[in-house]
Amino acid sequence: MNASVSTLVVATMLLPVVVGSISLLALKHRLGLSRLVSLGSSLALVAIAAALTIHASGGTVESYALGNWRAPFGIVLVLDRLSAMMLLLTAVLALAVMTYAVVTGVDRKGWHFHPLFQFQLLGLNGAFLTGDLFNLFVFFEVLLIASYGLLLHGQGPRRLKAGVQYVVINLVGSSLFLVGVGLLYGVTGTLNMADLAVRIAAAPPGDQGLIAAAGLILTVVFALKAALVPLHFWLPGAYAATTCAVAALFAIMTKVGAYALIRTGTLIFGEDAGPLAFLAGPWLLPAALITIVVGFLGLFAARTLREMAAWSVIGSMGVLLSAISVFRVEAMGPALYYVLHSTLAAAALFLVVDLIARRRGEHGDAMTVGPRFCQSELLSGLFLLAAIGIVGLPPLSGFIGKLLILDGVRAAPEAAWIWATILITTLIGVLAFARAGSRLFWKSASIEGEIPQRVLRGQTAGVLTATGVLAALAVLTVMGGPVTAYTEATAAQLFEPQQYVSAVLGETAGGRR
Amino acid sequence: MTMEFLVASAIAVLTAAGVYLALRGRTFPVVLGLAFLSYAINLFLFAMGRLVIDRPPILDKAAEGYTDPLPQALVLTAIVIAFGMTAFVVVLALRAYLEIGTDQVDGHEDGEARP
Repeated sequence: MNASVSTLVVATMLLPVVVGSISLLALKHRLGLSRLVSLGSSLALVAIAAALTIHASGGTVESYALGNWRAPFGIVLVLDRLSAMMLLLTAVLALAVMTYAVVTGVDRKGWHFHPLFQFQLLGLNGAFLTGDLFNLFVFFEVLLIASYGLLLHGQGPRRLKAGVQYVVINLVGSSLFLVGVGLLYGVTGTLNMADLAVRIAAAPPGDQGLIAAAGLILTVVFALKAALVPLHFWLPGAYAATTCAVAALFAIMTKVGAYALIRTGTLIFGEDAGPLAFLAGPWLLPAALITIVVGFLGLFAARTLREMAAWSVIGSMGVLLSAISVFRVEAMGPALYYVLHSTLAAAALFLVVDLIARRRGEHGDAMTVGPRFCQSELLSGLFLLAAIGIVGLPPLSGFIGKLLILDGVRAAPEAAWIWATILITTLIGVLAFARAGSRLFWKSASIEGEIPQRVLRGQTAGVLTATGVLAALAVLTVMGGPVTAYTEATAAQLFEPQQYVSAVLGETAGGRR
Repeated sequence: MTMEFLVASAIAVLTAAGVYLALRGRTFPVVLGLAFLSYAINLFLFAMGRLVIDRPPILDKAAEGYTDPLPQALVLTAIVIAFGMTAFVVVLALRAYLEIGTDQVDGHEDGEARP
């Protein structure tokens, strides 16, 4: 790896640490300055991630040995197309959410919003870059600790109740993660993911049972993060109880689980693993299909718009994981495109819901028929666009994503199930959002009077930010050609793990012996 | 009785206690259960480096062999993280108890109607 690339890779983690620490220690009572620093850091991260993505699109896998310790012994950071793409997605999302939080004053509602946000970014970037399984656990913990703080931001009994449940379920998940990591280390004697791939491919038959157990335990942990049924029950409570801006950022948290499933599924348990190849697939697929159904049916059970947005996150995770779980190169490219889309679409929906809730006074985001509120027409348009995005109707990118997924899984033996589930649930989703929209905007139009306008912080700027995220979906649609070319190349790279392995283990420059 | 049997059964008992307590309805037993679980995991990770007696954790020509130092480093990290998490969850549970008025994990006293 040349010096400039390695500097950028390390900067994706050093920048949030430094900025987070500064705003925690020095800028505690200077909100204006810490906003400026946070926004600057988010902007810089977008630039860095874009540069890294352009570099990675060349197709080389870059490996950076921390402290210059040679690969299987030290910890490596690995930059390939997938991790670069996830870094860019995180950075763009973080910039939008940070802008929204600043212009609407969400960050005033409690202490330490900016440091927690930066540490969350550290955890996310680290999880996407690390090439070591135990290090992945550590970064999971970093992003979880920050997410506990962000979830509780603003406090209140409802948030505390959801917080306790969220923390407890994630602590149990972390314990399981360590069991899986421990088992893999006990059997193979390594935790480097590239080295694990090599050792598992050469594992004697006697060890394969234990390795399979470890792999499936890890799958359970990642499925918990990805909110796969039956491990989804923490998500609606947590996402509906927290502030919408934080929930919009959390749209990337479920994708960390999906990322970990893709990474371990294609690298450690890839084609070379013999009888252990893609061992998670047969378990993931039925769960993913049920997740789609549960997620979209949950839309009808939702009593508030935020719960609705949370259930739609579950539904879209189901669509994503059903495409991942067939573990085919032609389905993985569409799945990665859908990762980009569903993250931004969920974030846009949460932001639009927040805009609506802030204008409806005591009605808030409850699905009640209430009088009109200010900017009713504009917000009904934004709600329509966000609903189109998350359900997957043309013209926004959700339609392209679902179409590509349907096309990608065609050769799989389970294609009929996936087709039927995705098509029927899309219809259910349309019905659910139409019902919510007509109750909120249409029926409300016939009621006399108007909810009095409160003084809102960032009335226009908030709308502009949410529109910006929706515009990102439009860009994803218009740029569909280049983006799908990139995701297809990413999928091809994922299914040829030899390149990753040789970048990490072969010719490590200047390593100590 | 061998050391392997002792360590394995200790892990089993700790895990069983942890799972049982983590499934209780009130936050205090749940926190204790999480602590027991993390103790079990720490022992488990430690045992993954194989149980060896009287060996240094570094290569030493004078010694007959060595014991794997990596699980010890992993356990150290896991202990630190579990300790921090336990402290956090205790504070969070206390705060939730004071604000909600009940220490049930689901926020409802026994017998109270659930929505």
